[in-house]
Amino acid sequence: MMTGKLSITGKLSRTGELSMIGFDNQSLKRLMARLFICLIALGLASNANAQSQRLYVTEGQIEPIPVAIADFTGLDGVPSDVGRQIAQIISDDLVSSGLFLSIDSAAFIAPPASPDVQPTFANWTPLGAKGLLIGSAFLDNDGALQVEFALWDVVSQRSLTEGGGSADPAGLRRIAHQIADFVYEEFTGDTGYFDTQIVYVSESGPQNRRIKRLAFMDQDGHNHKFLTTGNDLVLTPRFSPTASEIAYLNYFNDEPNVYLLDVITGRTERLGSFPGMSFAPRFGPDGTKLIMSLAEDGRTDIFEMELATQTITQLTRSPSIDTSPSYSPDGQYIVFNSDRGGSQQLYTMRSDGSGVRRISFGEGRYATPVWSPRGDIIAFTKMYRGEFFIGVMNVDGSGERLLARGFLVEAPTWAPNGRVLMYFKQQPVSDTGEGGDTHLYRIDITGFNERRVVTPADASDPAWSPLLQ
Amino acid sequence: MIKRIFTLVAAIALLAACETASTTDSSATGSTTSVATSGTSTASSTTAATTSDEAADPAEVMKKEFTKVGTTVLFDFDSSQLSDYARRVLDRQAAFLKAEPAARIILGGHADERGTREYNLALGERRAAAARDYLVAKGVNAARIRIISYGKERPAAVGSNEAAWRLNRRAESMLN
Repeated sequence: MMTGKLSITGKLSRTGELSMIGFDNQSLKRLMARLFICLIALGLASNANAQSQRLYVTEGQIEPIPVAIADFTGLDGVPSDVGRQIAQIISDDLVSSGLFLSIDSAAFIAPPASPDVQPTFANWTPLGAKGLLIGSAFLDNDGALQVEFALWDVVSQRSLTEGGGSADPAGLRRIAHQIADFVYEEFTGDTGYFDTQIVYVSESGPQNRRIKRLAFMDQDGHNHKFLTTGNDLVLTPRFSPTASEIAYLNYFNDEPNVYLLDVITGRTERLGSFPGMSFAPRFGPDGTKLIMSLAEDGRTDIFEMELATQTITQLTRSPSIDTSPSYSPDGQYIVFNSDRGGSQQLYTMRSDGSGVRRISFGEGRYATPVWSPRGDIIAFTKMYRGEFFIGVMNVDGSGERLLARGFLVEAPTWAPNGRVLMYFKQQPVSDTGEGGDTHLYRIDITGFNERRVVTPADASDPAWSPLLQ
Repeated sequence: MIKRIFTLVAAIALLAACETASTTDSSATGSTTSVATSGTSTASSTTAATTSDEAADPAEVMKKEFTKVGTTVLFDFDSSQLSDYARRVLDRQAAFLKAEPAARIILGGHADERGTREYNLALGERRAAAARDYLVAKGVNAARIRIISYGKERPAAVGSNEAAWRLNRRAESMLN
């Protein structure tokens, strides 16, 4: 048994601290490896289908892992209010991934012991539980939230991980999301993504005079707040790699231009001033650079901006529309869409603008490419025969798989682990202006578990944050 | 000929839609008046005889006159090619701008909803630039025209159907 810090531990900068003790467990790692091979096999199977039948929308099937998540207990050993909240948040997170099944606590044979006592596994194996999460949570005399947890592998009857810490009670949801991430990581081998946020465009008003505001929320829809008033049209927000800044398109003074918004201070800054319109911003992986499009005289090219000096370098030079650029996670390449070949298709190039190569050759038009944080695939929007699709392809354009379809689906954004995509779907509008509902959805990249993300009003242009620091 | 009439009808429907869209508080009376205005513009373009009733705000009068010239040109799907009809509308705009040397315009480029947001922003810019370039070629000083793209953000016609999409693929001139 080895103790040590887990990778994303203990950085609750604003609200508290959570430190972790991790335990290595070979048998579980092997189990996970097997599960993973199974997932990959499913992925390949659907891939083969996609190739034989181009417009097959992948719908993977995954057997969710049953876990028992007990309400966290107070000092007296009975579930506390904060403990119930934490258990519920963790359960909701894990279930939302589609990879877990949370066993109803009504089925529990006996209440779980405190996290520092080994559980009686005989009470858990009959429920089919693979994992058991128990914990304690209470507010101490100083009003601080004290949390401890332990995750057990019920099958091998061994401890997987445990940890704890204290936090401002306002950080309760984040603490719970972090614990959910630890459970997710132990059982899937992937990095978690629950301690993340979404920035998006909230929409209201009639279709021809839509009011659009930047809005911000946790990935599960909680802690929602608006970042702009709606006086100016705003579009396409994107997080910086530290999630502390948002680049977006702002029509302030009817001059569409890329702006930066500081999430903490709320301060906004116009990024440069150009003869034409600047738009389609995305940060480079180290946060020092940003790529965007500049449109002038009917041509749209891609430029890179050094943020410290706001100096720009032109990367593409063609009379065509070159837009929606996205860096590879190592910053060495850029994928973008261009109509230089006559219709909208995807191209890659080195980040200095050399080595341009068309990668999409399927039927229809391709747009909004976004490089996966894992680096191996690219998500995109495809338009074909009056329908829109969200899909993924390898970085050389092979292995296209379509995951979601609709009258209008657009703007995929990656969860930081590269396992889940979020996008928006818009319903058709009638002549009288009825319909047009626009909502955020997310889907597992194997094409299953499509779920609506609940927002207070209509929503579009989502951007998923990196894991919070 | 049949095609031309159809375009004209479409443009009129569009004018009505634009007027409604640009009215800040679209009161019922406001939109009715604007429909009436575009109705007169049909009359003027065919019979060339109109009388403007009372001399109101000169800026408003000029706006009305400009509306009669035709403020909007339409484009094919994913195209920024000016049709013959669009060129004639722009010819009249150029003549108007030459007759009113103090007038400046904002040329808004738009796209239908059947494209992705960022590409449509670029496409709207390309359409506005195509209309601007034509006006400049007809002798209008480029400094008097500002172009702006709205992509698919400001449709003139509401509805997810070919008729609405057609009207939304446009470049729209407004007096500044």
